[in-house]
Amino acid sequence: MKELTYVRADDAASAVATVSADPHARFLGGGTNLVDHLKLGVATPSTLVDVSRLPLDTVEVLEGDRGGLRIGANVRNSDLAAHPVVRSTFPALSRSLLAGASGQIRNQATTGGNLLQRTRCVYFQDVTTPCNKREPGSGCSALEGYGRYNAILGTSADCVATHPSDMAVGLAALDADVVVLGPDGERRVPLADLHRLPGHHPEDDTTLAHGELITAVELRGSELTRHSTYYKARDRASYAFALVSVAGALELDGDVVRDVRIAWGGVAHKPWRATVAEQALRGEVYSEDAVRAAAAEELRAAETGDDNAFKVAMVRNATALVMHQLASKQQHPQQGGTR
Amino acid sequence: MDTSITLTVDGSEHTLDVDTRTTLLDALRERIGATAPKKGCDHGQCGSCTVLLEGRRHLTCLALAVAHDGDEIVTAAGLTGSAADPASRGEDALHPVQQAFLDHDGYQCGYCTPGQICSAVGVLDEAKQGHPSHVTDDLEVGGDVELTDEEIRERMSGNLCRCGAYVGILDAVRQAAGQTPGRGVDPARHTHDHETEGAR
Ligand SMILES: Cc1cc2nc3c(=O)[nH]c(=O)nc-3n(C[C@H](O)[C@H](O)[C@H](O)COP(=O)(O)OP(=O)(O)OC[C@H]3O[C@@H](n4cnc5c(N)ncnc54)[C@H](O)[C@@H]3O)c2cc1C
Ligand code: SF4
Ligand code: FES
Ligand code: FES
Repeated sequence: MKELTYVRADDAASAVATVSADPHARFLGGGTNLVDHLKLGVATPSTLVDVSRLPLDTVEVLEGDRGGLRIGANVRNSDLAAHPVVRSTFPALSRSLLAGASGQIRNQATTGGNLLQRTRCVYFQDVTTPCNKREPGSGCSALEGYGRYNAILGTSADCVATHPSDMAVGLAALDADVVVLGPDGERRVPLADLHRLPGHHPEDDTTLAHGELITAVELRGSELTRHSTYYKARDRASYAFALVSVAGALELDGDVVRDVRIAWGGVAHKPWRATVAEQALRGEVYSEDAVRAAAAEELRAAETGDDNAFKVAMVRNATALVMHQLASKQQHPQQGGTR
Repeated sequence: MDTSITLTVDGSEHTLDVDTRTTLLDALRERIGATAPKKGCDHGQCGSCTVLLEGRRHLTCLALAVAHDGDEIVTAAGLTGSAADPASRGEDALHPVQQAFLDHDGYQCGYCTPGQICSAVGVLDEAKQGHPSHVTDDLEVGGDVELTDEEIRERMSGNLCRCGAYVGILDAVRQAAGQTPGRGVDPARHTHDHETEGAR
């Protein structure tokens, strides 16, 4: 590990100023991803600005008839999943958090750090192999290598990695906004625009500038968000990253789909909002066949190799499962549980 | 770069100079001599380095010691007497979770055990606070969580055991949680345990 200067930030503005001014400085949250990368040599900052003790650690319930939330960037994953309003009004967020990592890690991981965790691509984490994301221009080892976790949508010839966060997929389906503080003040980024596709610059995971600090995530509640959930398919029953995952929200009017949200994890370099599928379902009579057809339409652009071709059917089936759970709960409300 | 930090470990305060790159795990084991937390994977994947940090279960391998200046840490060794029950401070009585691991052979080589024990203490506390898990059916039912076998398995999944002592670990956590055997998964397998529970 390289020599490091450690600074505990006093306030958000000075943290932003320090990191903005130094290309080799990085924010430190709970450390569950960044400290790992320090050990692996994947990250080699010279200064860490610890933002994990800034007072951005509360979940504020916003006024308004539907209820909304402002989630501080330092709220721990476990506390966020357990928050009563998250559980009642944004169940997809609770479910996506609880599907990730372990109890210990969720106590430690922050909301901001979770959003900005980096890919688990095995080559990205192994400094002895070429990787365009870690070392631009060195090549992509995953193209011809181990491909089980590779993306199937929005890939480029330079990178086929997937974004690993479960929470980000939940938030994508809930139309969250990310509040970001930069040297010139605050701005809001829709979650769907926070992460980017790899293109020719896989080294950039997000649209944030160096030194921009995530201070909060905002959510607006609705009938739709209330009827939301998350499903994760993985290689073991717990404590494993997603092969694919689906966050969904569905509001029915009788048999008709009044509104719907679908976000996919494990398929792309960012949480993938299945807007083509959503559009195909909105205003239609709900049926499992309609959901499968809509998912198939979204997946028409999928590109797969031998190792990850299974993801196409898996994400289509998972989408059908999630929508079925949400629909039957509205059609037969006496049966509880959206797991 | 060296920095002076203070950590309270199992009730006693330690002030030490650490290189900023030192993990909390290395500071505890190599500098303070608190060797209950173990280095298994050193990458957050096994749970053997778990302690209670400011009262909550937490890994120490993916944490920098400097980032925890001023924090209070209880390791599995420090649970004895004091941390479990302030009234018994200084006594040698085992913490109910430690006792449960002994009662049920919740280990073989014992390497993962201190992490398992701290994690189990965290699980019991989180359940008391009503925290849901991935296998909780209804998110909207708040309050005390019933720790079924399925819940215990899921909540303890961040602690791996290379010896595969999971059956004993499950039995131990179940006892510490005050649950009767077999609820949630495969009740038939535990019928016998249930009948002999009082005799142990
Ligand atoms: C064994 C293991 C299993 C895991 N399994 C899963 C899983 O199944 N699903 C899942 O989703 N995740 C999983 N994770 C990943 C885990 O969720 C992330 O490591 C965690 O959420 C990162 O949060 P942190 O606060 O620790 O971030 P850190 O490690 O502190 O930081 C991560 C990144 O975010 C930046 N950063 C931190 N805070 C801010 C901020 N406020 N503003 C701007 N930048 C910031 C840092 O500079 C760094 O680049 C797993 C991790 C491990 C070790
Ligand atoms: S897929 Fe992306 S992260 Fe993985 S080796 Fe290729 S360039 Fe690197
Ligand atoms: S040593 Fe910390 S999780 Fe394995
Ligand atoms: S008892 Fe040997 S690793 Fe668990």
